[in-house]
Amino acid sequence: MSRLSSFSHNAEMTLKDRFMRLSWFYIFLICLVAATGLVVLYAAANGNWNPWASKQFVRFCLGFSVMIVVGMTNLRFWLKYAYAFYTVAVIMLFIVEFFGHDAMGAQRWLNLGFIKVQPSELMKIALILALSRYFHGGSLQDAQSMSYLVAPSLMVLLPVALVLKQPDLGTAVLMASGAVILFFLVGVQMWKFGVMACLGLISLPIGWRFLHDYQKERVYTFLDPERDPLGKGYHILQSKITLGSGGIFGKGFLQGTQSRLNFLPEKQTDFIFTVLAEEFGLIGSVSLLMLYLVLIFYGCLIAFRSTSFFGRLLALGLSANLFLYVFINIAMVMGLLPVVGVPLPMISYGGTVMLTLMFSFGLIECVNVNRDVQIGRRGAYDD
Amino acid sequence: MITRDGDKGKMLTRRAAMVAGGQLFLSSVLLGRMYWLQVLESDRYKTLAEENRISTRLIAPPRGLIYDRFGTVLADNNQNFRALVISEQTEGNLNATLEALNKILPLTDAEIQRIRREVRRSRDFTPVTIRENLSWQEMAAIQLNAPDLPGIIIDEGLSRYYPGREESAHVLGYVGVVSEQEIATGENPLWKLPGFRIGKAGIELQYNAELCGKEGAQRVEVNAVGRVIRAIERDEGVAGKSLPLTIDERLQKIAYKRMKNQSGSAVLLDIYTGEVLMMVSTPAFDPNAFNRGLTSEEWKALSNNDRKPLLNKALGGLYSPGSTFKMVVALAALEAGVIRPETKIDCRGYTMMGNHRFHCWKGAGHGELNLKEALMHSCDIYFYEIARRTGIDKISAMAKKFGFGSLTGINLPGEKAGLMPTRHWKEMVLGEQWLQGDTYNVGIGQGAILATPLQLAVMTAALANDGIKVKPTLIVPENRNPNATQGEYLNIPKNYLQLMREGMFEVVNNSKGTAKWAHIDVDGKLIAGKTGTTQVKRISMKEREQGLKRQEDLPWEDRNHALFVTFGPTDSPRYALAVVIEHGGGGSTTAAPIARDIMRAALKLDPAAKQPVKPHKTIISSKGIK
Repeated sequence: MSRLSSFSHNAEMTLKDRFMRLSWFYIFLICLVAATGLVVLYAAANGNWNPWASKQFVRFCLGFSVMIVVGMTNLRFWLKYAYAFYTVAVIMLFIVEFFGHDAMGAQRWLNLGFIKVQPSELMKIALILALSRYFHGGSLQDAQSMSYLVAPSLMVLLPVALVLKQPDLGTAVLMASGAVILFFLVGVQMWKFGVMACLGLISLPIGWRFLHDYQKERVYTFLDPERDPLGKGYHILQSKITLGSGGIFGKGFLQGTQSRLNFLPEKQTDFIFTVLAEEFGLIGSVSLLMLYLVLIFYGCLIAFRSTSFFGRLLALGLSANLFLYVFINIAMVMGLLPVVGVPLPMISYGGTVMLTLMFSFGLIECVNVNRDVQIGRRGAYDD
Repeated sequence: MITRDGDKGKMLTRRAAMVAGGQLFLSSVLLGRMYWLQVLESDRYKTLAEENRISTRLIAPPRGLIYDRFGTVLADNNQNFRALVISEQTEGNLNATLEALNKILPLTDAEIQRIRREVRRSRDFTPVTIRENLSWQEMAAIQLNAPDLPGIIIDEGLSRYYPGREESAHVLGYVGVVSEQEIATGENPLWKLPGFRIGKAGIELQYNAELCGKEGAQRVEVNAVGRVIRAIERDEGVAGKSLPLTIDERLQKIAYKRMKNQSGSAVLLDIYTGEVLMMVSTPAFDPNAFNRGLTSEEWKALSNNDRKPLLNKALGGLYSPGSTFKMVVALAALEAGVIRPETKIDCRGYTMMGNHRFHCWKGAGHGELNLKEALMHSCDIYFYEIARRTGIDKISAMAKKFGFGSLTGINLPGEKAGLMPTRHWKEMVLGEQWLQGDTYNVGIGQGAILATPLQLAVMTAALANDGIKVKPTLIVPENRNPNATQGEYLNIPKNYLQLMREGMFEVVNNSKGTAKWAHIDVDGKLIAGKTGTTQVKRISMKEREQGLKRQEDLPWEDRNHALFVTFGPTDSPRYALAVVIEHGGGGSTTAAPIARDIMRAALKLDPAAKQPVKPHKTIISSKGIK
């Protein structure tokens, strides 16, 4: 402990030191989830590595190196460039508005030539980074004063509005909720959340008018999935059938009839949880949820081992973000929430999500590596 | 500064704990939902998943065969080859496949259009019928060229075939595709199968349920778009029951051949069992054409024909019985006691009722006649007189005993009840009073009275079997007893019936009888009978004065109906036959010779003497299907 604490005064650690300070248990948990994801994607393709599991594995490997690299960086770097990172993400969101690649009726993709990225995914992390930096610099009294909250609120509203316009309700909800959790963590008074909730409820009918027809349809379908079982309600009904028919023990690996016979279109993405639940039953679905919870709370544990406020807030915010992913996705496939298009972290097939998740795990690792580095309020401006 | 930062840290810890609590709460909601879906509601969703996965496809059972009483097949199933196209297997070019097929099996533009339309409407893997009932040559040509015809497959089905064609058309009826209205009633899931056929007339209709059998089912696993992934189980269903009929195919053939140029019908009954041994109606139709599907021209030709080929005249044709009714009048008179067998009545060619003159068919008159002689000569004056003496009420009662005016209850659709007029009937229906002249007309089987040939056969059987009204049937009864008469005992004194039979014997076998040309002797077996000729057009006084035209000189539709009822052998009766030839001219000249030829064949073949064959085994086709 004495040897390690010596770093507190000396931010310059060797690469080897940093590598040694990575949380290998946390990495192990991440690998466990990713392995589960590969198994489920393998099952979703009727016992084939192609077309999903193999590609996902490559992405995981890429993401893994990103995580290790990011984990071994200096936390001050992220504090220093948080706003820059945020600005780049916002610009990318603007670009996607005008030059975006069309997919499924929504412009979410930016084609960079060699890779297609979803700026909205990066935006989630950039927002958490920016807010963490902002609140790192303020006191509790600041956080509880109204004027102090104007800037971060704008920081949240700008990307949320852009993402909503894409339109990507799922990401907007994730981003906004993630931000609300950060506001909550830094000590903004409860009554302010109460007021916000009331204002939100009042403006709901107005906001409703700005929703796209298909988004309204999704809400209708959520409220009554059986009203059009072969049309709009087909997804959620089949999703519930797939889950429910798994029973306690499941139908067995590669024995899921619903997924094998394609009753769930696009099952490899947002509805991947049902494939697992069908083949491994309640045991499988509860185990996965528990695995996620362990991952999330271990992230919180890392947060509290950190001495810097920035590090704590960053790790807590990213873990909360992970939780939101998990909760919204599983609640959605079980018919508890409308279908909003939120993937299941590390398991749903998708490149950008995998990479941004691994990036955020890298940041949490970075917090862990730099847990003894003390960063003052003005740490962003120190050298 | 430090304390303030400390406050910040404490707040973060507190709030983080609250967030964690919230996360645990939300997670427990998820767990509850998982428990609900995967444990409590699991059975329901398992059923739904199974319903998703399994699709049941019906298999049409082979239709039951219909046999004659000795096992000759009357309605068979033939192999039917169909050409189908599966568009997803046409290597993406349906037009090329159809063009290639066109060289082997020329297709009409209409067919090609229909095929394209159906392909567009159905899923890629659904077979679409190109043509049914392919010949062996066509089928073989397609099979040989299979490599050039991607997507074309040959499918084997069964198709109804009636080897006797017109001979037994009205008894067997025919099968046809289920009509839209019938599908709407949705009685049977099989009806929705494309090309499925049901009985539309005759035995095919009457026993459709038995002949249809029970549908089989093939349970297959399908994916979300309905493509079959694999077969799970197959239940062939139960083939339709084989149906042995009472008719003798040989007699059908003989009778049809004898009558096919006439418009009429003939029914031959076993007088003890009521079994219909022969039933022919002409002109007939080819039931195979209905199975194939009639063109609109063919249909028009059949339905507009004034000789009504679609009507089974044996039970749906209504005729005045004419002189064949005279036995009933005589029995009524004897039972009423108004005459005795030897009572003589003088025929002078006509009789007066008020100032209306009723003529005998023989203008010169018959002179004094007793009952037997009156039957032999079919004297009208004699029967006018005894009808007058008996009265309509007693004549009607006797006729109704014999079944006139009511259905015989034969197991074929389309039977008509006919009409036996009574005082009450005339008042109720026509609103007129019964007149003496009406009774005169009924006395010779004319006027309002209407009967089917089948009713006449039942009447004749009752005269021959000592007064038992049998219920005609086309199905061999379960516990057939060829020696005990099954039917309704009419309670008519046997000596009166004996007298009727003697009279009928004279009609045929006396050189002065009206049907002396019908005399036959088959190894000592003789027949007895009664002629009948009924006017279709009323003869006016003027025509009578000008001298009656010969029947042959009249237009067809104005000629008289010719009737003949007969039974035999006379010493121990077994068969009763009624023949009605529409506009045939005269009973003695047209109907009696036809009846004679049918009876000769019946006595020779003697089908009632042999126990009917019961086909036990259910077979799909008489030729055997590979």
